[in-house]
Amino acid sequence: MNRIEKAFHSLKENNRKAFVPYLMAGDGGLDQLMDQLIFLENCGATAIEIGIPFSDPVADGPAIQEAGIRALQSGTSLKDVLVAIQTIRPIVSTPLILMTYMNPIYAYGIGSFIHDAVKAGIDGCIIPDLPIEEEELIAPYLQDANIELIRLVTLTSPLERIEEIAKKGRGFLYAVTVTGITGARTEFNDSVSKYLKDIKSVSPIPVLAGFGISTPEQVVELGSYCDGVVVGSKIVQYFHEKKLSEIEHLIQASKTADVS
Amino acid sequence: MTTYVMPDEKGHFGIYGGRFVPETLMQAVLELGKAYEKAKNDKNFQQDLAYLLKEYVGRETPLYYAENLSKHANGAKIYLKREDLNHTGAHKINNTVGQALLAVRMGKKKIVAETGAGQHGVATATVCALLNLECVIFMGEEDIKRQQLNVFRMELLGAKVVSVTSGSRTLKDACNEALRYWVSNVTDTHYILGSVMGPHPFPMMVRDFQSVIGKETKQQYNEKFGKNPEAIVACIGGGSNSMGMFYPFIEDSEVQLIGVEAAGHGIDTEQHAASLTKGKPGVLHGALMYLLQDHAGQIQEAHSISAGLDYPGVGPEHSYLKDIGRVQYESITDEEALEALKLLCRLEGIIPALESAHAVAYAIKHAQTMTENESIVVCLSGRGDKDVQTIQANMKEAL
Repeated sequence: MNRIEKAFHSLKENNRKAFVPYLMAGDGGLDQLMDQLIFLENCGATAIEIGIPFSDPVADGPAIQEAGIRALQSGTSLKDVLVAIQTIRPIVSTPLILMTYMNPIYAYGIGSFIHDAVKAGIDGCIIPDLPIEEEELIAPYLQDANIELIRLVTLTSPLERIEEIAKKGRGFLYAVTVTGITGARTEFNDSVSKYLKDIKSVSPIPVLAGFGISTPEQVVELGSYCDGVVVGSKIVQYFHEKKLSEIEHLIQASKTADVS
Repeated sequence: MTTYVMPDEKGHFGIYGGRFVPETLMQAVLELGKAYEKAKNDKNFQQDLAYLLKEYVGRETPLYYAENLSKHANGAKIYLKREDLNHTGAHKINNTVGQALLAVRMGKKKIVAETGAGQHGVATATVCALLNLECVIFMGEEDIKRQQLNVFRMELLGAKVVSVTSGSRTLKDACNEALRYWVSNVTDTHYILGSVMGPHPFPMMVRDFQSVIGKETKQQYNEKFGKNPEAIVACIGGGSNSMGMFYPFIEDSEVQLIGVEAAGHGIDTEQHAASLTKGKPGVLHGALMYLLQDHAGQIQEAHSISAGLDYPGVGPEHSYLKDIGRVQYESITDEEALEALKLLCRLEGIIPALESAHAVAYAIKHAQTMTENESIVVCLSGRGDKDVQTIQANMKEAL
């Protein structure tokens, strides 16, 4: 069983909601990564998304764009991140998921990338510019390597398509809760609860809500419609501002979420 | 060459193209593909398009024999396909008229577009005014500085121009912002992409709309001479005027097709926009294509004196045509383009766009390797009024 599956299995047994934080690798320097991962593990993260900086992140809002620029300025590359994770992996047992646009992987070489990702102990990949129509390029190789390709569904995906994606899905299904790019939102569309419940009804794997979630209240609310949440921009911002207690506070909120 | 049928139904040209977009856009991209297929085979749509191209855009454009330039080159005869004489001054409107008509059919009320030199922005703002569509144009801050006149033209036409301050502040970054805007407003907005780039169906659809250039050229040349020209030259940024020019000639293997990229300060420097000559395949803005990128897959900044060629990628179909060897890709430096521009002004009384001057420069060189019984057609994709300030600033000697 992959670490991601195990983690969700254990959540279910303990009747808990998932909390998956996202951080930008190399924001503040790649030497920070070990401390950041240990901190998030100690806060009780279910899994951790490690963002790879890219020069042209079209799915991201300002907070993650800026973190990416800082990471690139400090010289971060996908290769360096994998090397760093390989060193850290014996210390951190939480599932680690890479979130990267397609081009850094393509430039790396798909075969070499998977080889090095396995060596580093990566459990999953999220590729935001790789819809199911193009996933043949990499999905079969990830599967062979036992790395889960986490797929996204969105408010604009019709239910039949959501069902098709969910059935292919591995690890968990990432339900994007806004029609737009990443970044904090003060409120969500009324239809989000129905959307998440609809996805839950067709998905054979856990469903996590993400994009725009920034407060403990939202963590609790959105978590109540599905299996948990992913928080990106806010975590990135708190790391940048060194407000670690705020991160702890957000993750704690997921533990109070109502498990229905 | 045998029959050329590209792309496949998923929008792949060999390994290139495809639909590498966030899931939020997939439904819109799939719907657009269906709507375009339907419109393509709909007589009414084709009639509406033909009417606007003739009565509004002013087609057909002349295929002009540049006798003085030919004498100067002292080789093949040089013909200019005068896309600069279109309404708004460039080939860009061939595509925006088509896409705006499609947007109306799809019930979209708002349009978003990116622009580099501003020609696509102006062409988009123009059709939006005509068809009563709300229009937002994203343009890099650097390009806004270079193309003040076009910014004002867009605003005059009722468009909102948004300055993009991320990255290199040029066309690539304007594309990023236009895509982000589209992701956030996808339900009521159509994205009029300005070149043969982006996710399927854009590269195919823009090529088809621009193919009017090549179709007319073929007909005009054949009417006069009963055969095809020996060579065709067009400049390439994203590659829309060249793709529209080349496409009707792809199966005519006797016609040499030459695409001219911007070599900026030289292809052996760091400052050029020669994606096919110096780039490697990769994924950007929805498609797999040749890209200027570093070893880690980070996209590099392109450089060209011409804002319209200042893009680190090139459409997927060009990427494919390079690999199969059907089109030859060359490059021309800033300096050579400026020289050619001056020459065309003095010899023919035509001020070309800096983009088109790259094609003119290569055509002059190439003509010298051919005989006077042979012909080269140059796609003169746009007029140079928008560039006069840049030209003035870059002229080494006084007039």
